[in-house]
Amino acid sequence: MTEQTETKKDTVTVTVDGKTFEAAPGELVIAAAERHGIYIPRFCWHPRMKPVGMCRMCLVEIEGVRGLPPACTTPVAEGMVVDTRTPVVKKAQDGVLEFLLINHPLDCPVCDRGGECPLQDQTFSFGPGESRFVEEKRHFEKPIAISELVALDRERCIQCARCTRFADEVAGDPLISFVDRGDHTQVLTFPDDPFTSYFSGNTVQICPVGALTASPYRFKARPWDLDQVESTCSTCAVGCRVNLQSSQNDLVRMLGVDSEPVNHSWLCDKGRFGYQAVEHDGRVTHPLVRKGDELIEASWSEAYAAAAKGLADVRDLHGAGAIAFLGGARGTNEDAYAWAKLAKGVLATDSVDCQLDDGLPAAAVLGLPRATIDDACRAKAVLLLGPDLKEELPVLYLRLREAVVDGGVAVVELGPQSTGMTRHAKTTLLYRPGEAVEVARALTSGRDPMPDAGGVRGEELAAAAGILGRAGEGVVVVLGRPSVAESGRTVAEAAAVIAAAWPQARFLPALRRGNVMGALDMGLAPGVLPGRVGLDAGREWFSQEWGVLPEEPGLDAAGIVGAAAEGRVQALVLLGADPINDFPDRTLARRALAGAGFVVAVDTFLTDSSREADVVLPAAMYGEKAGTTTNIEGRVTRVNQKVTAPGTVRSDWIIAAELAQRLGGDLGFDSTAAVWAEIARLAPSHVGLTADVLGRRENRDGVVAPYEGEGPPRHEAPVEQIEAAAAVHQGETLPSEAVAGAPEHAAVDEPSDDDDPAGAGRPPLLTFAVGDAGSTAAPPAVDAYALRLVAGRRLYDNGVTVRHSAHLAGLAPSPRLRANPYDLDRLGLGTGDRVRVTSSRTTLTLEVAADTGIPRGSVALPFNLPGEGAADLIDGTQPVTDLRVETTN
Amino acid sequence: MARLTQENVERAREIISRYPASRSALLPLLYLAQEQDGWIDDSAMEHIGDLLDLTPAQVLGTCSFYTMFKRQPVGRHLVSVCTNIACLLNGGYELLEHAEARLGVVVDETTPDGEFTLEEVECLADCDRAPCLQVNYRFFGNVTHDDFDRLVDDLRAGRLAETVPAHGVLNREQPPPVSVRRADAPHGAGD
Ligand code: SF4
Ligand code: SF4
Ligand code: FES
Ligand code: FES
Repeated sequence: MTEQTETKKDTVTVTVDGKTFEAAPGELVIAAAERHGIYIPRFCWHPRMKPVGMCRMCLVEIEGVRGLPPACTTPVAEGMVVDTRTPVVKKAQDGVLEFLLINHPLDCPVCDRGGECPLQDQTFSFGPGESRFVEEKRHFEKPIAISELVALDRERCIQCARCTRFADEVAGDPLISFVDRGDHTQVLTFPDDPFTSYFSGNTVQICPVGALTASPYRFKARPWDLDQVESTCSTCAVGCRVNLQSSQNDLVRMLGVDSEPVNHSWLCDKGRFGYQAVEHDGRVTHPLVRKGDELIEASWSEAYAAAAKGLADVRDLHGAGAIAFLGGARGTNEDAYAWAKLAKGVLATDSVDCQLDDGLPAAAVLGLPRATIDDACRAKAVLLLGPDLKEELPVLYLRLREAVVDGGVAVVELGPQSTGMTRHAKTTLLYRPGEAVEVARALTSGRDPMPDAGGVRGEELAAAAGILGRAGEGVVVVLGRPSVAESGRTVAEAAAVIAAAWPQARFLPALRRGNVMGALDMGLAPGVLPGRVGLDAGREWFSQEWGVLPEEPGLDAAGIVGAAAEGRVQALVLLGADPINDFPDRTLARRALAGAGFVVAVDTFLTDSSREADVVLPAAMYGEKAGTTTNIEGRVTRVNQKVTAPGTVRSDWIIAAELAQRLGGDLGFDSTAAVWAEIARLAPSHVGLTADVLGRRENRDGVVAPYEGEGPPRHEAPVEQIEAAAAVHQGETLPSEAVAGAPEHAAVDEPSDDDDPAGAGRPPLLTFAVGDAGSTAAPPAVDAYALRLVAGRRLYDNGVTVRHSAHLAGLAPSPRLRANPYDLDRLGLGTGDRVRVTSSRTTLTLEVAADTGIPRGSVALPFNLPGEGAADLIDGTQPVTDLRVETTN
Repeated sequence: MARLTQENVERAREIISRYPASRSALLPLLYLAQEQDGWIDDSAMEHIGDLLDLTPAQVLGTCSFYTMFKRQPVGRHLVSVCTNIACLLNGGYELLEHAEARLGVVVDETTPDGEFTLEEVECLADCDRAPCLQVNYRFFGNVTHDDFDRLVDDLRAGRLAETVPAHGVLNREQPPPVSVRRADAPHGAGD
């Protein structure tokens, strides 16, 4: 091959409107032109969907090409000369617009889209100005609700097919389509089968006219009244970029922003419409202090005094270990850091957990080698051992789905029930709850023939191992908690087994709470300190700055709740946590709240749990405060304030700082910026990640921690070293003083330290290996009369966001117990029957439904739906929960 | 009614097996449903969706694109009278009015006995025999009002059952050639 043809392969030279530039081969004319500042009008083309050439608005002239080809379906070619402004093109644009407007009602004054409407705008810029059409336009009933969230005005539709293509290509929920033909064509759902996609709001955002409108936003504002700021959605931990829009200090809309590494402009409906909770009038707006049976409104100083006294009394009487913190995964990184510093650096308790025993052990999340979303989407194979992504991390589901459908990524799913991903997975191994480790061992054993393990047949395991094996070192494991009815430790242990067998495998955590990753990074978990270091490893480094530190490793959420129930934890601080609804075992959670002598709740609403508190401190919500947040990848982005909080509500970090003062401590910061500056100075994984760095244009999509500065990427340490380091962080082999600054360990984790004098003495980052998850009892043998419970979450649940968002609250499904038809048959049951379900905790009456996605011997019941449910049945002290199911009569 | 019968499900599965992508069997299955019931109702579309792993909305999208798939009940005989230019000049509208009077229905209605549905259509490409019409898509040309009355009587009496099967029934075999006996004799494949 000659050199010339080789350069030709890289780029092609094109000329558009006299401007000559290089473009990538295969790039569409419309996109290439736009990159160089030439806007070609369009309706149907969307940069994140396949071109269809439906609307003809983008017609251009290309030298040597007959007719006017659409710029959105024509790829650039070497030497191509394109004209977008010639009289012929102009005439075509006039014609297309006149044609599109024939049936358009022109009801702009009463249309939500008026003022930001591509049809309006392009008619002004490119249109003919007059119509020759004097006949009657077509008429439809307007608007019709195609779902609870989306209304459709068919008269306004210009048939660009953006919405139908999105539903089909991107969301995989083709519930709307073009019905009828010719001038009768209309977008419709099937009768009585609404557009109940979790992603329906995106169609409203991309509809180029006002045909699709969002019920929560209809007639709420005009575009020119809106004020906006860019931020990150904090409803789940995917961390989609958004524009937060307000009108008169009310949040009224969220729009997706196209972030290349994260959300590709899409949002899920919970993230998009969950802002309604912020505007709910049931917010706690003033501090509350308990007087007898009642919570009475109090001033901040009274409330601080009461909280500080309660905590100090417990500390003085029972020691710091009797104080525990639960929650904190919904705030900013700054909030989390402030709470961690208050708990560990002022009160000196390590019993702090931002998860509610519904996620994974912090050591696993922080210590396993991390993958980004892009890594997962480009991996040769993905092993999914986690929750139903469609329900818990919806836009991650979209990204992975696209990677499978368009990119051919092979997904092997490992879980106790089938999920939204099952139809896209190469294979799904349904294991018996509690036995993920056995499956992981078999999967990585390389044995031939493969034995059965954890309820999965050997042949299935062999096939899955074949798919993963072929991917060699390129496996990305998406790791989360498949079911809250089985211990998270077994899942973490399974991950450790995989990490040991496939040293190059990387892990993308699939934890759901908005800033759970930031909270873990900031040290809101037992045994860790901010910046992904172990308590002992970081002791010296942090004690210089923080003063005191906890003597002993503390309890995790399960330990805290158990200890509180027994009266060993005397004071409980709930950071937006609602253990009664969110902790797997409701019985135990209730006992804990009753057993803890003193409860402080820092919350936005009064929940079942915060209603039990002695002091309630009202906290600012999303959109009411600025700071940073961290997504599943470890990507740190900015969240911004758009509205002022109601009443006297304050940001968490301020509450923490002011409470610290009354406890005789000083957190040492007086602004969000100061908190971040301390993080960027102290937290080992975040050192150097200053506000300045975050503010850089090239870091618009955020920066993935651990921050490596401008230098070359950190090299991967060999396994033996990782294991050695893990042993160190467990405090098993070396006393802590020996760790800090010990050259061999610095070499493992911070190879760049040698040339980075500022990093000297910085403690090594956590690693995680087999055995680190701690031991769990093996699940009991399967009892032929019992069915083992699987409890995953649903997108629309009984959580604070959904419950307080007017348009989402009604979408939570009613709980049904799903079982394999074989098991139902065996019990003489059928879909719709009501049954009595008994666990060691309680008996409930529920409706059953047959579901072939549940393996024999298991039953599935979604977690945290309104009313009684899985949390009442789960016995958190056991590795799994077995149920008896009987007919009601 | 409506969902495919067990026998037709078997046929559907056989049809699906002929295509590398099952979705390609959508049109044949819609024909099958229409053959079964004379029209296609919502539950038939849902059933087809199930068989092909498509949503009912996708089935509806395709089904509604083709005007020959009927989503409202039609009579055993669908009478389509052309009123496009050649037929119009040769009395197409008068024929349509006559048909309305004779059948006692207006366009797009079905006779109470479920025998006839009348519709008005554009050019049938039989202009040389204007005015013309189709019954269940079989041609009848140069139709006088008397011809029409006789045709209705014959259809009702089942005398044309061989050449004009009930609406929705597909020709699976080529009918034997028919020699033209009367002006209104059907023509088509054998003509
Ligand atoms: S509703 Fe909007 S997005 Fe959908 S086809 Fe019509 S104009 Fe396009
Ligand atoms: S996927 Fe998560 S981050 Fe993205 S919009 Fe939905 S809730 Fe927000
Ligand atoms: S944008 Fe090119 S045809 Fe619609
Ligand atoms: S005009 Fe009637 S068949 Fe052509």
